[in-house]
Amino acid sequence: MSLTQAVLEGNRLALARLLTQVENNSPESRVALTELFPYTGRSHLIGVTGAPGTGKSSLVNQLALYYRKNHDRKVAIIAVDPSSPFTGGAVLGDRVRMRDLSGDSGVFIRSMASRGSLGGISQTTAAIAQVFDAAGYEIIIIETVGAGQSEVDIARLAHTTLVVEAPGLGDDIQAIKAGILEIADVLVINKADHPGVENTERALRTTLELAHPTTRVFRHHGQAMTVAAPVTDSKLWIPPINRTVATEGKGITELAVSIAKHAEHLRQSGDWTARDRARLGSEMEALLQETLMARFFESIRQEKYEEVMEKVLNRDLSPYEAVKSLLNGRETGKEKS
Amino acid sequence: MTEKKIRVLVAKPGLDGHDRGAKVVARALRDAGMEVIYTGLRQTPEMIAEAALQEDVDVVGLSILSGAHMALAPRILELLKANGQDKVRVFIGGIIPDEDMPRLKEMGIAGIYGPGASTEDIIKDVREAVK
Repeated sequence: MSLTQAVLEGNRLALARLLTQVENNSPESRVALTELFPYTGRSHLIGVTGAPGTGKSSLVNQLALYYRKNHDRKVAIIAVDPSSPFTGGAVLGDRVRMRDLSGDSGVFIRSMASRGSLGGISQTTAAIAQVFDAAGYEIIIIETVGAGQSEVDIARLAHTTLVVEAPGLGDDIQAIKAGILEIADVLVINKADHPGVENTERALRTTLELAHPTTRVFRHHGQAMTVAAPVTDSKLWIPPINRTVATEGKGITELAVSIAKHAEHLRQSGDWTARDRARLGSEMEALLQETLMARFFESIRQEKYEEVMEKVLNRDLSPYEAVKSLLNGRETGKEKS
Repeated sequence: MTEKKIRVLVAKPGLDGHDRGAKVVARALRDAGMEVIYTGLRQTPEMIAEAALQEDVDVVGLSILSGAHMALAPRILELLKANGQDKVRVFIGGIIPDEDMPRLKEMGIAGIYGPGASTEDIIKDVREAVK
């Protein structure tokens, strides 16, 4: 039986082995991904991102427990931790917070190292998610590396992105900076039993109101006046703010409701398809780039490349001119060799 | 194409709570370029076998200082085998009396390291074992 067939039939060892091949980008994995592709597109991909120490892993643990207990959905978790930029090694420690999930065959946790990718997930995370999708995992939770301000790749991959904050992590100027808050579909203030939670929520709410036109009510000469939102677009999604205490399981049901509402909104507004299109589009683009690059290097002689490189090094050619010369010399280079 | 990374599960089965050694080894293997999945304290053999399966590791490193190695090690080996992971090599670090070592090796434990063992030796042995 082929590996693909075994994965489709629910063989967990086959699934684990295929995931390794996909991570290593082996030729076999490309064949398998092609075979599995028709079975994908059924899962809800939930991204979980936020600064280190905000409690992402504990939250993922609780969410997975919730989907298992209340909806009996099969849950896959992809937990990404950083690789060392120097040795390429990694310590992947997200499982430590997910021990409640062990012993449940409806849950599959896979730790991944970022392997040099800077966007908060690894280059093969999307493909890993596709394998889980085909294997029948209805909910796929992707936990990014502890992300600061610009690790926003997850928003391109997930249907619903949770941005996790915690009280006491910087002032309100952090909240108006561009980046991670902009990608939130649902905002989570975890550790909501810690002091300062009101301030955190106020800062986040202010930011959201600046970003999203909302109806405002204010008092003018003692009379309540309502100012309508400048744009009345029913398609607009305003990220809800959820408070949770993941270690105690508080606020998880409400969070799951927010996630379900967001999925519903995506389906009704047509954004679900739009996000699928964007994701598959960027995947195709990456493959195209890779293939064209490979084709280019096949068509050019190594000496020609070195020769041009040498000229650039001696400042005889600018990198722009060098590329032009390489591309022009491509056909002749091929004929000669 | 990415080269194949060595994936190692570092786990602490049983009830003792001393995880310094496990963390030092995890860190050393990381610095040797391996991907180390650290599971934390008080894992049952079932939890360890399950994690080893999901993570498709090449090597499992067990840290045992409780004296329960003669009960835990065979159980973990048995579960790995039952899951079809008989190729996974299992190493033990901790307090293991000399007289237990031959029997553990016989069961299929690939290496045993006591106090004072050098991380360089461990790295070398792990690399050798997955070749």
